[in-house]
Amino acid sequence: MNMKTEETAQILYRETKAKRDPSIWRRFISQWDFQIMIIPSMLFILIFSYIPMWGVLVSFQDYDLFQGFWASHWVGLKHFKMFFESPEFWGIMRNTLVISFLKLLIGFPAPIILALMLNEVRQMVFKRVVQTITYIPHFFSWVVVSGLVFSMLAADGGGVNALLIKLSIIKEPINFLSETNYFWGILVTTNVWKEIGFGSIVYLAAIAGVDPALYEAASLDGASKFKQVFLITIPSIAPVIMIFLIMNIGNLLNAGFDDVLLLTKNLNNGVVMPVAQVIDTYVYQEGIINQRFSYATAAGLFKSVISIVLLVGANTIARRLGKTSLW
Amino acid sequence: MKLSAGDKFFMTIIYALLCVLVFVTFYPFWNSLVISFNTGSDTALGGVTIWPRDFTLDNYKVVFKEHNITNAFLITVARTLLGTFLSIFFTSMFAYGLSKRGVVFKKFYMIVCVITMYFSGGLIPYFILIHSMHLYNTFTFLVLHGLINVFNMIIFRTFFMEIPQGLEESAKMDGCSNFGVYFRIVLPMSKPVLATLSLFTAVTIWNDWFIPAVFLVNEKLLPLQTLLVQVINQSVTSQLVSNLNSYAQTLIQQTTSVKSLQMATMMVASLPILLVYPFIQKYFVKGVMVGSLKE
Repeated sequence: MNMKTEETAQILYRETKAKRDPSIWRRFISQWDFQIMIIPSMLFILIFSYIPMWGVLVSFQDYDLFQGFWASHWVGLKHFKMFFESPEFWGIMRNTLVISFLKLLIGFPAPIILALMLNEVRQMVFKRVVQTITYIPHFFSWVVVSGLVFSMLAADGGGVNALLIKLSIIKEPINFLSETNYFWGILVTTNVWKEIGFGSIVYLAAIAGVDPALYEAASLDGASKFKQVFLITIPSIAPVIMIFLIMNIGNLLNAGFDDVLLLTKNLNNGVVMPVAQVIDTYVYQEGIINQRFSYATAAGLFKSVISIVLLVGANTIARRLGKTSLW
Repeated sequence: MKLSAGDKFFMTIIYALLCVLVFVTFYPFWNSLVISFNTGSDTALGGVTIWPRDFTLDNYKVVFKEHNITNAFLITVARTLLGTFLSIFFTSMFAYGLSKRGVVFKKFYMIVCVITMYFSGGLIPYFILIHSMHLYNTFTFLVLHGLINVFNMIIFRTFFMEIPQGLEESAKMDGCSNFGVYFRIVLPMSKPVLATLSLFTAVTIWNDWFIPAVFLVNEKLLPLQTLLVQVINQSVTSQLVSNLNSYAQTLIQQTTSVKSLQMATMMVASLPILLVYPFIQKYFVKGVMVGSLKE
């Protein structure tokens, strides 16, 4: 090959390569308008979500608000040890796990059952009314809901006591809010009450996607409605149920926060605290109220790490079983 | 279709259970509404259930005269309107940028965003950050908190990616800029998603009581729900009554009580949600599915 052809070939190659693969920065500048749409929001996320992530390092320090991050002493695992050895640790863990478990046991199936029931209803007006009313509690704040709970469970003239006395189930009003035995029940029931309606929407949509031909075939074979629900509807929405179940297990240590905080009157209901304190409220109490920043952050970090393990674990198990998974 | 006896029984149980559910859901609200329109002295006698026995508007009169409450109401409205508008504006624009093919660093941006859905620094580091940024105890913080919502961003993005490219391309051939395409074509097409997410965001901001409780000290900046917590915990309600002048006090004290005032305040805090609810209902059933179906 003579020199000219080779040169030409090289020039041609370089030019087409430049057209195919212009420098990153040139492309960046040519899409300036899209980048402008993106960058402010990215900065926001980096500042308000990522900087606090580095903030967990505070748990390895004896953080002092006035000295700031760089000047505070590093103390290694001191706060973690303090947390594990604190007298409240086992109580908090027990409460967190029990409350979470109860919420899962009762609160997870509830919307599914509601969706299954609603699906069977043929009377459209009735169905509409039920849906409209049961969706509302989700939109009210926990503040309002806690207010309703206090009103209903009051010992003097509260609705629940009035009803129980009228039905002769009890003679004297029960002071529900002052006894540890009732707290978990109140917490879980209120949660279910608040979320059952809204939570059923996704399941209703999934159920609506089931092929009607399956039901027809089953009823031709003589299956009762009851059997149809168990043998057709539930297996058909099993993937949706699995996904939400995995997400819920990953959330196991998020036993609750707003609800616990409000139902214990901002942690002031001393009687009930031994069964009510969960990790998140403990972090709030120690960090914001008692200003023990490093200690509270350590507790919070502990919780985050375990949550990740749970989420990955639940997802792996689901994948191993061959069914759906989150990723 | 003929129903067997077993099926009829099954359906009866279902209808019965649903009726109970509706009653249990509805009764607490109704009872609180009734108490708020009942004189406090009468309510204390007990037995007020489904209709006011001694009707009065005095509870609401006290509530609306109370500066703290009307102030909190205004703060909440301002925070909700401003916060919702800015959040939806920036988050949707963010999503649009990330929905285009060939955007440089897109993968990096997406990974950064998704990670925040699973990991978070926690309350304390966030608290420390806000202090150091001098945003503590400011209204600005109330608006900035949670401005960019990654979950919403993903919903928007999924929606935008479904829009046919041809539409956007023909607009660009007619000389429209990228911003123009976004504001004049894509956004008007996205009304359902915009409406749904705006309503959800507004409800969330309206109901938020905790963040202001932690990050605000100035009583004039407290939003309604945070104030309501104080009212329910009874620390503020007795003040409500004692703040009125003495003549009004003697009158009012006969007709209001801590409990009836609490109920009235609660109703005032919930009223906007109830007003907005019929509009939400239309959208959110569809809206909930927009995110999940397309994935």
